[in-house]
Amino acid sequence: MSAVARIWARMRTSKTVMVSGGILCAIALLAIAGPWISPNEYLTANFDNILRAPTPSAGHVFGTDDLGRDLFVRTMMGVQVTFVVAIVASVVSLVIGVLYGATAGFVGGRVDAVMMRLVDTLYATPFIFFVILLLVVFERNFLLIFVAIGAINWLDMARIVRGQTLSLREREFVQAARLIGVSTPRIIVRHIAPNLVGIVIVYVTLTIPQAILIESFLSFLGLGVQEPQTSLGKLVNDGTKQMEGASWMLLIPGTLLAAILLCFNFLGDGMRDLFDARRTQ
Amino acid sequence: MSLLDIRELCIRYGNTDVVTGLSFGVDSGESVGLVGESGSGKTQTALAVLGLLPDTAGVSGSILFDGDEISGAPERQLDRLRAERIGMVFQDPTQALNPYVPVGKQLRRILFRHGISDGREADQRVMHMLDRVGLPDPARQFRAYAHQLSGGMRQRVMIASALIAEPDLLIADEPTTALDVTVQAQILALLERIREETALLLITHDLGIIAGHCERLVVIEDGRLVEEGPTRRLFSEPLAAHTRKLIDAAPRLDGASPPPPASGDLVLEADEVSVSYAERNERRQLHAVMDLDLQLQAGETVAVVGESGSGKSSFVRAVLGLVPMRAGRVAFCGQAIAGPAQARAIETRRDLQLVFQDPAGSLNPQLRVERIIAEPLTVHAPGLGAGGRYERVAGALQRVGLDEALLNRFPHQLSGGQAQRVAIARALIVNPRVLVCDEAVAALDGSVRQQILGLLQREQQTSGLAIVFISHDLAVVRSISHRVMVLYLGRLAELAGGAGIFGQPRHPYTRALLDAVPVPDPIAPGGKLSLGGEMPSITDPPPGCAFHPRCRFAIERCRAELPPARLVGETRVACHRAEELEL
Repeated sequence: MSAVARIWARMRTSKTVMVSGGILCAIALLAIAGPWISPNEYLTANFDNILRAPTPSAGHVFGTDDLGRDLFVRTMMGVQVTFVVAIVASVVSLVIGVLYGATAGFVGGRVDAVMMRLVDTLYATPFIFFVILLLVVFERNFLLIFVAIGAINWLDMARIVRGQTLSLREREFVQAARLIGVSTPRIIVRHIAPNLVGIVIVYVTLTIPQAILIESFLSFLGLGVQEPQTSLGKLVNDGTKQMEGASWMLLIPGTLLAAILLCFNFLGDGMRDLFDARRTQ
Repeated sequence: MSLLDIRELCIRYGNTDVVTGLSFGVDSGESVGLVGESGSGKTQTALAVLGLLPDTAGVSGSILFDGDEISGAPERQLDRLRAERIGMVFQDPTQALNPYVPVGKQLRRILFRHGISDGREADQRVMHMLDRVGLPDPARQFRAYAHQLSGGMRQRVMIASALIAEPDLLIADEPTTALDVTVQAQILALLERIREETALLLITHDLGIIAGHCERLVVIEDGRLVEEGPTRRLFSEPLAAHTRKLIDAAPRLDGASPPPPASGDLVLEADEVSVSYAERNERRQLHAVMDLDLQLQAGETVAVVGESGSGKSSFVRAVLGLVPMRAGRVAFCGQAIAGPAQARAIETRRDLQLVFQDPAGSLNPQLRVERIIAEPLTVHAPGLGAGGRYERVAGALQRVGLDEALLNRFPHQLSGGQAQRVAIARALIVNPRVLVCDEAVAALDGSVRQQILGLLQREQQTSGLAIVFISHDLAVVRSISHRVMVLYLGRLAELAGGAGIFGQPRHPYTRALLDAVPVPDPIAPGGKLSLGGEMPSITDPPPGCAFHPRCRFAIERCRAELPPARLVGETRVACHRAEELEL
């Protein structure tokens, strides 16, 4: 059985993973397909049709916003951005953070000291200053947000993984592997990494909501996604301004955002249980 | 009427019965031993008496304490009972004490619960109690935190906290398992002393302890009563086969050493090995091991024995290259090897293998048994195909007496004995010349321990394996070691053949270690308290002979002058008075 098939077989045994994963997939599919199916465009303003409550008969399933733009298409766009942010943030913090942290923790000594001081230095750099610096050096673009979020997220992960690795390194099975003659990279991949999976998955699920929130914060400051493009965080932000007259502008993207965050959390919990061999009966 | 009367006690979790129809009693002032192997339901029974079982446990039957039904009693009544009438001492004192509260304060709280509201009176009673359990300088220990005390001292504090409420019954659950033999003897002597005022239910897997300290025994297996009766009768004429098995499995000091090894090739040689650790502020070097030598022949077993802190693990790990040596030379088959394990030639690393104390900790919890055992092959026989590899793994598994069905299990699905066999199989699969066992059987039940020792001896006879066996317990190494090396505070105390060490010890420390061993014989139970105090710390070694503060025979010279190791008869011994002492 290949590794992928094995993981899939395991995932199927967990209701939590299947349900939350299923909902996330459904939302993702809708977000991709929605704008194609819908007759409306995300930037077509229609001033005869502003702040219209959800009316499927008129073609505005989620209603329209204060510029008369179709909220369904805009929300789906927002979901797309949110998902991309979530994926990029988790991949960056996973790949860089785990490798960096595991190496620092396992090699130890001076290497560890130097590597972690670099992390401290990056931590100490003010985030907003860092983003503005990036904007000055490069043209403003969509990718920049991800670079900024990724650069922040992997730091936490690296610290956590390093701490865990430090304690794993002293465990007897790692010493046994050393004595046998297993090479350092192999020990990291085979003995350290699998025992990190639990904490890493939990941490990634914490990272995703954090990244999504950072993105909406940046967009709010005008440093992130720019009009007419949008994201869930930005839509919620717009919705709060119209909360009294047009509650759907807040409720619909807000509910979606909450659902996505919850599903990621459940998915993380379920995955952690699945990857823990100790729970195998 | 019995003080504690357990009738038809059943405890089950889901569909698994852990205790089935267990009935026994403890009279006031009586000491009863509850004996069984791990997993037999001993601790569950104790927890049931205290009403501390988790909600998931299904309990039926009746537990009468002083005539009152306490099984299923309301929490309030149980609280009172635990606070006033039943004391409990757990196995691991480190986990039973609150690390953030000075121990004296923890004891004081118990008295406050007892209605003593005067702080000064409470302090005095606590101090008195600490003094009674043998804590030196109670006024100072009153303010100490748990981590500032040694393991033996912590267990004394635990006993004090159980006794301070003047209970009618004291339940001690493996109170000495985590301690050195000498400290164990001290704690058992303490329990013996307090017997006058309380009944004792002593739970243990070690019949040696029971033999000298309990009037009556209750033997259980798989949660069922096997046999019950007076200690002497049970030892002299056990009725049940399981009791017989437990008695036979207990390590003893009498018996013979194994026949000397046939071949005389020197495989491993260490010369004047020293190990130091830098203190945290790196101003000072702490000398964990000083000038130790080791010569190991093919087919020979050398035991390295000493209390915790004697440097036995540091020494052997330095030889293996797991911790750096400060000075010394190590040679394998005449070839000098040096530096950390990673820097050594791959063949040398194959030929020196280690088995750890904690079998569960030395196996990666995320890998299946098959991959764990096969791992050395990926390094030392990388050309082997999948089929060849499986063959070798299955062969290794057979050598350690395990079934192939276990190959698909994860370590947590194995028993302690099975896990240790897997660890040994992993070490043996590359056919090493030297196997180092670091307390490899300390965590195992008596019968399993014997099986593992038998397995190692068989391996030695068939393949000429040389074994270094680290242990804190002389009785464990009795039957397998050709030579025994006794260490004290990083230096050699005595090195001799089995006959010398066990028949004619020449160092007072060896004698004390032998005396401390509890022997499974109620008429001559051993476990004598001939050694007070505990091993000093390497941060503050005594001048002269490191052993002199605890030595009954110490003279002025011992306090001033370090005794060199020298040959007396066939024994290498480091004691000024080795010739004159009759030990």
